[in-house]
Amino acid sequence: MKRRTFLQGTLAAGAAGLAASAGLLAPRMVFADGSAFDAKSMDDVLKAMAITPEESDKVKIKAPEIAENGAVVPVTVSSELEGVTELSILVANNPTPLAATFILGEGAKPEASTRIKMGKTSDVVAIAKAGDKTYSAKQNVKVTIGGCGG
Amino acid sequence: MASIKLKAKADGDTVEVKALIEHPMDTGQAKDKKTGELIPAHYITEVAVTANDKAVMTANWGTAISKNPYLSFSYTGKAGDKLKLSWKDNKGESDSAEADAA
Repeated sequence: MKRRTFLQGTLAAGAAGLAASAGLLAPRMVFADGSAFDAKSMDDVLKAMAITPEESDKVKIKAPEIAENGAVVPVTVSSELEGVTELSILVANNPTPLAATFILGEGAKPEASTRIKMGKTSDVVAIAKAGDKTYSAKQNVKVTIGGCGG
Repeated sequence: MASIKLKAKADGDTVEVKALIEHPMDTGQAKDKKTGELIPAHYITEVAVTANDKAVMTANWGTAISKNPYLSFSYTGKAGDKLKLSWKDNKGESDSAEADAA
């Protein structure tokens, strides 16, 4: 009986170790799998990404304070933190908040720009991943015409 | 139908990459104004950019990226770097483009 418990324990530890090392090799599998993009609320996204970011003034987000057209909102996320490997953009009030995750390759500067859709006025959140820690910053963007409608 | 504009500008040891991809980026939540039916989701899920065959940027996208997506970033590189951008979407379609850093 004891032996069985022991074996199960090692198996579980082994599996966890494997998962962790697989995560290191292919971060997107852990960090930005489909479920995080399907998640319907900020909390669910963070849960799916398995992170609890702390707010940091070293994460920057550049977005207009007022977006006249929610269909095209230019956003730039960047970070001054050392060793940033991933940057994400989330829109708190969108039906699926996670908009994008940028995985930085070799030599890439920790900054990425794109254009996003916003259904309505919302906080836009940037998340930077450095090592096994995550940091976030947010900015409110007022939307006068929503971008998700027909 | 689909097209990609890819530009890479070298300034010293930094290369700035700008890309514009033609794609509808349908969220699956908007209705067709004429028929009133939902337009099925059709959006790019992954964009991969390589420089001299090394990954410099991989972007995972959701439906909230605007129609005809724009992407820009910089990396440490030099003029003459061979850049390649490829994307794939949720319907399994894909496309790619190449450009030299100048």
